[in-house]
Amino acid sequence: MSAFLSYLVHGISVGCGFALIASGIIIVYRVTRVVNLAQGMFSVVAGFAASSLLGLGLPHGLAELVAIATAAAVGLATGCVATAKPGTSPQASLIATLGVGVFAYAVEILTWGDQPRSFSGLSGAYEFLGTDVPKQYLLVTLVTLVVFGALEVFFERTYAGKVLSACASNPYAARLQGIRVVRMGLYGFALGGALGGVAGVLLTPVQPVSYDSDVSLFVNGFAAAILAGLKRPVLGLLGGVVLGIAESMVAGYAKASYQSSLALLLTLAILVTQAARREALHAVEE
Amino acid sequence: MIQVESLCVQYGAAIALDGVSLHVSAGEKVALIGANGAGKSTLLNALSGIVAKKSGTIRIDGRWAHVPEGRQLFSELSVEDNLRLGAFCASDRNPAWIYELLPELAPRRRQRAGSLSGGQQQMVAIGRGLMARPDVLAIDEMSLGLAPLVVQRLAAQLLRLNSERGLALLLVEQSARLALSLCDRAYVFETGRVVAQGAAAELRDSPFVERAYLGGPLEEAS
Repeated sequence: MSAFLSYLVHGISVGCGFALIASGIIIVYRVTRVVNLAQGMFSVVAGFAASSLLGLGLPHGLAELVAIATAAAVGLATGCVATAKPGTSPQASLIATLGVGVFAYAVEILTWGDQPRSFSGLSGAYEFLGTDVPKQYLLVTLVTLVVFGALEVFFERTYAGKVLSACASNPYAARLQGIRVVRMGLYGFALGGALGGVAGVLLTPVQPVSYDSDVSLFVNGFAAAILAGLKRPVLGLLGGVVLGIAESMVAGYAKASYQSSLALLLTLAILVTQAARREALHAVEE
Repeated sequence: MIQVESLCVQYGAAIALDGVSLHVSAGEKVALIGANGAGKSTLLNALSGIVAKKSGTIRIDGRWAHVPEGRQLFSELSVEDNLRLGAFCASDRNPAWIYELLPELAPRRRQRAGSLSGGQQQMVAIGRGLMARPDVLAIDEMSLGLAPLVVQRLAAQLLRLNSERGLALLLVEQSARLALSLCDRAYVFETGRVVAQGAAAELRDSPFVERAYLGGPLEEAS
């Protein structure tokens, strides 16, 4: 029982990290129709940046905030490379984000080396039903809930959120209303970068990051995002937590190396069923 | 209000507009008629700044709103959100006056725009255009796919806005009969050029327009 609980708690907090990455993927997709393959990289950059800043003596809180701002700036830069040229198709932009992600490897290795880095988060634990629940796990969960609450309010209740949604819904009509669609897409990328950054600074104390951690972060985040149909960030929260728990159970009861296969299998299964559904839809339309 | 001089637009090697000149004065009702692909929609997109011009001049004095072909709503968003987004560049984002003008939309303000009937969607599209508080409203293929009764009701509202508020109208229509009955003047487009223009009443009686666009003897023979 206590093993089960500790797997569950670990799964929820890691799943929250996946959900934050998923929300970044969903937001960039919603605003620009681009699947941002560099999304995992934002978390890596933020994790690295936070560890360096803490090493320089910046206090906790400030170091994390600066790291998140750095990730947002990297997100903006990625958006500029991928989408700023007028008339770039979402497919071309997708390949550009892949290129940015690979280029980032070089920069990260030159700046921070090729070894995994971590830093200590909140220390200590609460006891709950005979299981230790680390405070950092609670922090991850709490911050994630606040971030998703804020995202929900932003997209559903504010005019700026509606403007971003309009760009994804119908870019042509958005331009006719005088909305600068490319610029809004860049805001989407910056927001995606910040969300990836939040995930990075929260997860690094739980799981050390290295320059190539972005792949597993992206795969898990993407699985959570398509579990949500790439639509609403809130559904991504559900997808991320479900995936995080499932992987934690697999790692706990079976073998740790199986857990990323689970995300890949899940992604594949969803893509195949969705594609089949879409095919069926086309068949009906014809 | 709108002054276009020898406007040329190219899509790659294809010439979409070839030296088009036209004007719309304040409070005027002007129709652009012609077959599919004659360049009417391209002209509106050029006026909206969506397509770049190759040469020529465009001058618009006052606010301009463009209701595109196929309505192009933000279909996942609510009716109210669609209307409010129309006011992106305007200062007043309260859509209450649109609900007065098009009362059918009022009970559906929270509904997803994509779930409405074709006629209601066209109302949202026109309402969204009006939210920009335009001096000129351009509507591309308003009647396409709508029941004649719905078109009549929409047309009546537009004519009211025209007479009461001095809203200038620029109607792009394949249905030349409708356009010529609503408007004061018209331009006839063919393959990117204006091939005829004048008062709507005159064009209605001209044998050329009748044969090509009003279903004259030529069409009956084929």
